[in-house]
Amino acid sequence: MTVNYMDAIRQRYEKLGYTPYRWFQADSPPPWQPLSRPLADSRLGLLSTSGAYALGQRAYHYKDDTSIRAIPAATPVGALRFSHITENYLIDPKRDPNCIFPLETLRRQVAAGRVGALTEDLFSCMGGVYSQRRIREETAPAVLEAFREQAVDAALLVAM
Amino acid sequence: MCLVARHLEAHGIPTLVLGSAFDIISAGAPPRAVFLDYPLGHSAGKPQDPADQDAVLRAALTAFDKLSVPGDLVTLSNVWGDNAWREEAGSTEARDTRQPRDETPQWQLPEDRDAALAAGLTV
Repeated sequence: MTVNYMDAIRQRYEKLGYTPYRWFQADSPPPWQPLSRPLADSRLGLLSTSGAYALGQRAYHYKDDTSIRAIPAATPVGALRFSHITENYLIDPKRDPNCIFPLETLRRQVAAGRVGALTEDLFSCMGGVYSQRRIREETAPAVLEAFREQAVDAALLVAM
Repeated sequence: MCLVARHLEAHGIPTLVLGSAFDIISAGAPPRAVFLDYPLGHSAGKPQDPADQDAVLRAALTAFDKLSVPGDLVTLSNVWGDNAWREEAGSTEARDTRQPRDETPQWQLPEDRDAALAAGLTV
């Protein structure tokens, strides 16, 4: 049985007297953009919602931080850091960032020929933002612009 | 994440969401999704286990190349092992594991702030 996070968290917050967290619930079928070429010939972008930042960059804050970070793909994995409102899920990523920001894993996929190339910059944002409006108006357009600047052919989105 | 995936896809960028919360991903109906039944924080594989991380990414990329029906979700066969985490993750006890909603940068390590200052950021 998979964990039913939405129901469990709803019950937890209800018992605490909190207003429920509103996850995004799609009310229409997803849009569709076919791959223009196989991933082996593509420039692949990465977005991780883990609150990853590189040493030298600003950490995320916990109150609806809708900003994004451009993390150079050449960043040593030891220079990756995390800040996220649900720090409890980041115990292992702080020891090994690859389990949520698969930097070295993707490099190996490129080396093995399964991905054409990584974009120069990879990206992160922080999940757990309460305002869907701000994700629509701030985070999503910023990620789109960033991916366009990097000329991505396809984007891998690693959710936390 | 699903909101962002749908926005990117609607503007011409093919996406695949790789995640470990089946219900949250399903509700968000992203264009393509791969579900890995691991505790949250490990959507790209087990820590210090490059073989597992490679297997997860290989499977995710294969799905990305192959999926052709909008809204398809592939479940990976990888098994975390110990199931003890499920009880904690699915607990309905009155408990809030989130951090206080502070608006100042929350550095992983205190020296990260010094590195940011040295890089020219005002924090």
